[in-house]
Amino acid sequence: MKTKLSLSQKAGLLSLGLLAVILLVWQLATLPEAKVVAADVDPEYAALMGGGAARAASSFPTPAAMAQTLWDKLSHPFYDNGPNDKGIGIQLAYSLARVLGGFFLAAVVAIPLGFAIGNSRMVYQAINPYVQLLKPISPLAWMPLALYTIKDASASAIFVIFICSLWPMLINTAHGVANVRKDWLDVSRTLEVNPLRKAFRVILPAAAPTILTGMRISMGIAWLVIVAAEMLVGGTGIGYFVWNEWNNLSLTNVLFAILMIGVVGMALDSVFGVLGKRVAYQE
Amino acid sequence: MSAIHPFLQVENLARAYPSPTGGDAITVFDHVNFRIHKGEFVCVTGHSGCGKSTILNILAGLDSATTGNVFMDGREVAGPSLDRGVIFQGHALMPWLTVQENVEFAVKSRWPSRNKQKIRAHAMRYIELVGLKGAEHKKPSQLSGGMKQRVGIARAFSIEPKMLLMDEPFGALDALTRGVIQDELLKICAETQQTVFMITHDVDEAILLSDRIMLMSNGPHARIAEIVNNTLPRPRERSAIHKQVHYYPIRNHLVDFLVSRSKQFGSLRDAPDAPSSPTVFDPADLIESDVEPVVAHTPPVGKPHIHLVNA
Ligand SMILES: Nc1ncnc2c1ncn2[C@@H]1O[C@H](COP(=O)(O)OP(=O)(O)O)[C@@H](O)[C@H]1O
Ligand SMILES: [Mg+2]
Repeated sequence: MKTKLSLSQKAGLLSLGLLAVILLVWQLATLPEAKVVAADVDPEYAALMGGGAARAASSFPTPAAMAQTLWDKLSHPFYDNGPNDKGIGIQLAYSLARVLGGFFLAAVVAIPLGFAIGNSRMVYQAINPYVQLLKPISPLAWMPLALYTIKDASASAIFVIFICSLWPMLINTAHGVANVRKDWLDVSRTLEVNPLRKAFRVILPAAAPTILTGMRISMGIAWLVIVAAEMLVGGTGIGYFVWNEWNNLSLTNVLFAILMIGVVGMALDSVFGVLGKRVAYQE
Repeated sequence: MSAIHPFLQVENLARAYPSPTGGDAITVFDHVNFRIHKGEFVCVTGHSGCGKSTILNILAGLDSATTGNVFMDGREVAGPSLDRGVIFQGHALMPWLTVQENVEFAVKSRWPSRNKQKIRAHAMRYIELVGLKGAEHKKPSQLSGGMKQRVGIARAFSIEPKMLLMDEPFGALDALTRGVIQDELLKICAETQQTVFMITHDVDEAILLSDRIMLMSNGPHARIAEIVNNTLPRPRERSAIHKQVHYYPIRNHLVDFLVSRSKQFGSLRDAPDAPSSPTVFDPADLIESDVEPVVAHTPPVGKPHIHLVNA
């Protein structure tokens, strides 16, 4: 070993090593118990036949079975065989649409409102008690109210996403706007910049990194919440898929869905990571 | 017009802040009176906390006086205006914009209806004027302190204000850079006949740049205690200016003020006849009485007793 590895090469190797360890432990943990169940028997079938706690270990998919499922599901992500059998792509698309819808609505409300709050101590003090009261409420607690008033299940899920995305964006926008450096505001005052131009050319870019951090947090929470919301409202979406597969006792599919939730969440987060870098500035 | 009505007139300015302990308000300065003529370069110096920045901010329209008025060009100053450019101590560039965009932002504010090419060309002219051609696409974070301050100068000059206000613009720069930028400022001011009000802690800077130097006594109740007419001939050279006969008398007078007289004046402030208009010194007075207290004479108000370049 004469060649020196760079830090990221070392980290990559360690990551791969960890993956190998995880797969090994997984493989060992799912080794068929005794010789009662043959290795090539479908775990679902085994679960149905044997059932009960004694077989719990073997109904958990092996890494190989998981890989097979992954391959099968990802090669046909968009098939649609009726309400209880849709491709993973379709389910994720439903969830993403709800998340983006609720998130977008929240941004439309939170960013202008955050501007107003951040610009004026008076408005801040007037609105702060409400924010403090509403912020700690679990978004799912709104679900019954939403179902009662909106009646539509899908729209209720969007509403729940809206509520949970609202607070981080609102608070961060207000904070970012309130903390724009006085120097920059003084410059725009001496240049007699009109309020609209000041908002878009000075305050917005100055506060953008803080606002984007708020959006990133909101998106993270929204993606957490959508799974639970869809478990409640049912019908479509990745949350419903997880619940449905649990009812089917297909742990393989549940695991697969968990993995997909993680991948999509990571992708969403990295989008905001990239956007955050775009608006970042160095003083 | 400028001979009869001074370009900038400050009358009886005072500023008080509520006392932090809840007692009487603290008057930082009061009875501040002075005039600045068109094309004149006036420096203000005094100890920290005497209210120089507050006065500058009031002139800029960013702050307001407790009592008193400021008139520019016959109109009362009541808020910030494009007529008065400000160069901030902390350069105050917008870090998300490039050098060029920072200057363009100001130019566009000044002439909103101009087209893009015209704005760009105008901005570039001032960027070149401060010697930053080639760095126009850099972000402020990629510039040295001196270069950032140059962008601030370009931005302030680019809007062609009637008056320029500078709050210790070079205070944060190293001596070498400061010298270079002072030279550039001297050149630009000579070219543009810019009227300038500048705060500085640097006695040599004041002598190099100004036509008049206003000396503020210590606060509270700070005042403009003395005004020194800086009659050193122009164009001035930093390397040769100390050879002028009047250089050391002026310099000694300023240093003496900062070291001792700025405090003594404070003890006079409660006297009923405490001067509310400053004593004016000409270098000639200072030469005759180098050591002993100088004989002050108060010239008739309004008569310009400074020698302006091209005035
Ligand atoms: N917002 C404020 N509240 C109370 N006192 C203030 C405030 N701003 C400035 N001061 C006081 O006013 C005085 C003058 O400040 P400043 O104009 O910055 O002085 P200088 O620029 O001459 O150093 C200082 O003594 C400072 O304590
Ligand atoms: Mg100051």
